Amino acid sequence: MSRANALDRRAVVRTLLHERGTLLVVAGLGAPAWDATAAGDHPLTFPLWGAMGSAAMIGLGLAIAQPERPVLVLTGDGEQLMGLGSLATIGVQRPANLAVAVLDNEHYGETGMQPTATAAGVDLAAIAAGCGFPRSEVIRDMAGVEALRPRLQARHGPLFAEIKIAADSPPLVLPPRDGGLLKSRFRAALLGPDAALA
Amino acid sequence: MSAREAVDWPADIHAALQAAAVRQIAYVPDAGHARLIKLCAADPAMRMVPLTTEEEGIALAAGAWLGGERAVLLMQSSGVGNCINTLGMVEACRFPLLMVVTMRGEFGEFNPWQVPMGRATPAVLDAAQVVVHRASEASAVGAVVAGAARLAFSGYQAVAVLLSQQLIGAKSFEK
Repeated sequence: MSRANALDRRAVVRTLLHERGTLLVVAGLGAPAWDATAAGDHPLTFPLWGAMGSAAMIGLGLAIAQPERPVLVLTGDGEQLMGLGSLATIGVQRPANLAVAVLDNEHYGETGMQPTATAAGVDLAAIAAGCGFPRSEVIRDMAGVEALRPRLQARHGPLFAEIKIAADSPPLVLPPRDGGLLKSRFRAALLGPDAALA
Repeated sequence: MSAREAVDWPADIHAALQAAAVRQIAYVPDAGHARLIKLCAADPAMRMVPLTTEEEGIALAAGAWLGGERAVLLMQSSGVGNCINTLGMVEACRFPLLMVVTMRGEFGEFNPWQVPMGRATPAVLDAAQVVVHRASEASAVGAVVAGAARLAFSGYQAVAVLLSQQLIGAKSFEK
């Protein structure tokens, strides 16, 4: 597959998180977390520094707990491939407010750019469709990314988007690493200061 | 039915979960959990989330807590091994976590493939910084789960209740 026209990951994420409104974000291990941070560190973004394969399931627990809030899981192809079963689990629950967007560079970018299964043609969007996501698509241009942004808010999901991006490594922009801080600031921003007394 | 069997310990677990305001019930089925799963599924305050593998439930519980809800993870001991790396997130973020684990591979086990993980289960959980409670008597199960829920959600700990195979009864294909 030609990668010549693949999208710039930072531009994709900046576009998706522009005027994010009430959106709650889970950013998967590695570059998606750096991309989300580059778009602006935010208390209602929960970036992962570990637990590879877990991003979509954290999004599901959050989406069930907060059905009135749109939830975006922003992760990578390697991370999602490790949690393929979670697509089936989400397909059973079908939370309308959950979107899973996979930034697919077809490589393990943090470990030396080894190709992932998507480089060999494994089709994550087809897998998501097969798992019962009513909306699942592959996005290859910025017009598609622009069109996706309002749909993240629409709560007509669950929706799945596989966004083909270039396999490059833009400068690191790191979120806080302290998990306790990331958790507590998220809860305080979402639930109010009394969350610390729960 | 003997006096011991007359204690409806799955109903006691359900009551403990209800009292602790647990909303999301994540599970990989086990025969020992079958009655509890039925009771939870019949409870309109509980949302059933069947999993394809146990570590999904760790992540679900983390997301639930971020969103202001409480979750429980039901599984058998073989599933504990699947959870190890994901438990690192629980420790790193100090997420509350409540697991109820039916034991295989111990008392009266007929399947040798269940024994290694069953034997390793308490040590593995301990190594992953999970507090381990053991319930072997039917009459004690409800109180053990209630205490574990309090330690998890008010004490912000990862807690696993191991339900002994003696309690559940050893599985047999000979019936």
